[in-house]
Amino acid sequence: MEQFVMTFPVGNRQSEIHPPRVCGVVSSGNLEVLVESGEPGDSCRIDVHTPAEGFRDIWNAVLGDFVERHPVGGVNVTINDAGATPAVVSLRLDQAVELFRSEKP
Amino acid sequence: MNQLSENPASWDAQMRNSSARRERGAAFARGREVSAEDITRLLEAVIEPGDRVCIEGNNQKQADFLSRSLLKTDPSRVRDLHLLQSVLALPEHLDIIEQGQVSRVDFSFSGPQAGRLATLVEQGRIKIGAIHTYLELFARYFIDLTPKVALVAAQAADRDGNLYTGPNTEDTPAIVEATAFKNGIVIAQVNEVVDKLPRVDIPADWVDYFVKAPTPHYIEPLFTRDPAQITEIQILMAMIAIKGLYAEYGITRLNHGIGFDTAAIELLLPTYAADLGLKGKICTHWALNPHPTLIPAIEAGFVQSVHSFGSEVGMERYIAARPDIFFVGRDGSMRSNRAFSQVAGHYACDLFIGSTLQIDLAGNSSTATKGRISGFGGAPNMGSDARGRRHASPAWLRAGREARPHAAMPRGQKLVAQIVETSREHMQPAFVERLDAWDLAESAGMELPPVMIYGEDVTHIITEEGIAHLLRCETPEEREQAIRGVAGYTQVGLARDRRMVENLRDRGIVRYPQDLGIDKRMATRDLLAARSIKDLVLASGGLYNPPKHFRNW
Repeated sequence: MEQFVMTFPVGNRQSEIHPPRVCGVVSSGNLEVLVESGEPGDSCRIDVHTPAEGFRDIWNAVLGDFVERHPVGGVNVTINDAGATPAVVSLRLDQAVELFRSEKP
Repeated sequence: MNQLSENPASWDAQMRNSSARRERGAAFARGREVSAEDITRLLEAVIEPGDRVCIEGNNQKQADFLSRSLLKTDPSRVRDLHLLQSVLALPEHLDIIEQGQVSRVDFSFSGPQAGRLATLVEQGRIKIGAIHTYLELFARYFIDLTPKVALVAAQAADRDGNLYTGPNTEDTPAIVEATAFKNGIVIAQVNEVVDKLPRVDIPADWVDYFVKAPTPHYIEPLFTRDPAQITEIQILMAMIAIKGLYAEYGITRLNHGIGFDTAAIELLLPTYAADLGLKGKICTHWALNPHPTLIPAIEAGFVQSVHSFGSEVGMERYIAARPDIFFVGRDGSMRSNRAFSQVAGHYACDLFIGSTLQIDLAGNSSTATKGRISGFGGAPNMGSDARGRRHASPAWLRAGREARPHAAMPRGQKLVAQIVETSREHMQPAFVERLDAWDLAESAGMELPPVMIYGEDVTHIITEEGIAHLLRCETPEEREQAIRGVAGYTQVGLARDRRMVENLRDRGIVRYPQDLGIDKRMATRDLLAARSIKDLVLASGGLYNPPKHFRNW
């Protein structure tokens, strides 16, 4: 089990305040992503809980690309990973943040 | 025999040899009919040492009883055989090698026996002539690898020896035609002997013997994919394929490889593709086995015609009820034919799309792994540009223009797409600097690394990251970066030149879901037209009858 936090600066891109959204489930090869309003508007904070150790570089790349695709500030993301591939992590993050933003503030 | 060799003007030695074999065989047959008890002795009587023998082994239908009977023959009489058959699928196919009765084998695909075959080669117990594609092997049946004895499988025979193959005709016509008309002996196992056949697939005078097998021949339901196992990543890739490739080129004539990736595409036609207004504009004409996962698209009116290599267990009644779509005899059952469908896939389809295990930086694609000699069946013929093609179609012409924008002589090109997740389980990368095929070639003493589809033929790669239009690349460097650009978080993908990939994105060579206007929120299993085998049964109006082990209700 490994837990770490990555914070990505996104410039001044404060997102509107939306209700929190959860996407996915904690089952083998899958993950649960919680997106909620929180952090200061110029950064995106991602809290990762994963059973697989030793993949920090991959996480860094996957999460960095995610923030590049969706530069939202003032957002906390919590990931409960159950051994998902990078592909599944990316898809779930994209789905979660799009759901989060589609919800009326 | 001495007299023959002294007489160079003899032109019918093979024919007289066949007659002698039939005379020996007559002791064990009543006319053409042989009893199951006598079949081993018949085989000993008609097979000579050194014979080229084809044991019909298809993708699906297997001459399993004859194969087992061959195993019981006296190894001092039936020996030094040269096996030539498209698929080495049954354990018996390798048992006969292990018994020391076979000295050489030519084949196309060995799927389940690939590991054992590799071991026998390493031990020097068998020589492989060559690993062919189906069409190549059939072609050689008519040139320099004509079977002397063919052991084939059919559904039924009548008393005269006419054969009814039923929906799984597969390789039988090609094998029998080559053998029967070049002084060979054709022996068929049948499930039943009847007075009148529903239709004649092989006429009796091409058949020397038939035997009613104690149990019906084995058929593998090779093309059934349970929609319950399709993942959201596969759904996302299917969305990319439909919007980024099928719609982009207006592909109407195509062939799908086997697997969940292409099954997902089939199940998205009545939903995602229909919502995009693509009905009637894509996927109307197919060279395809009757995939159960195509049922919803057929029912939605997407599909106009399907020609099949073989049938699929459980699809018989559905096919019989849809003769406008499938090739069906006057008796109501499908007629498949692997040779013709392979030709159709090669020359009459504008797109082949299939999965793979490894792709290198030049786009060479292979499913070969060390310790397994498996071959590729039909994929290399489906997945290669048909350079002999001379008829035009919009998709083919557009691909040709994109691939050779500066060529003086206009010519089209076949679209060949590989669809693959960037990593398999345990983070096994699909993208590699060097294919395992090189190691396999070395360890098995092959003349060529076993490449399924050569990079020069691959026009597109689709992953969950996006689509790479390799045919639009102008240099090998661009091609490499386009591949890296969709290789995700594999080492190959992480080592991309980000600036160059961005440039390729600007030019529409690499396109990500957001570039294609794909909403990833839709990439859920709700988008599948059927989410289970039961859904497929319901979609077929109860006509599809899945094999037991696919029933979980």
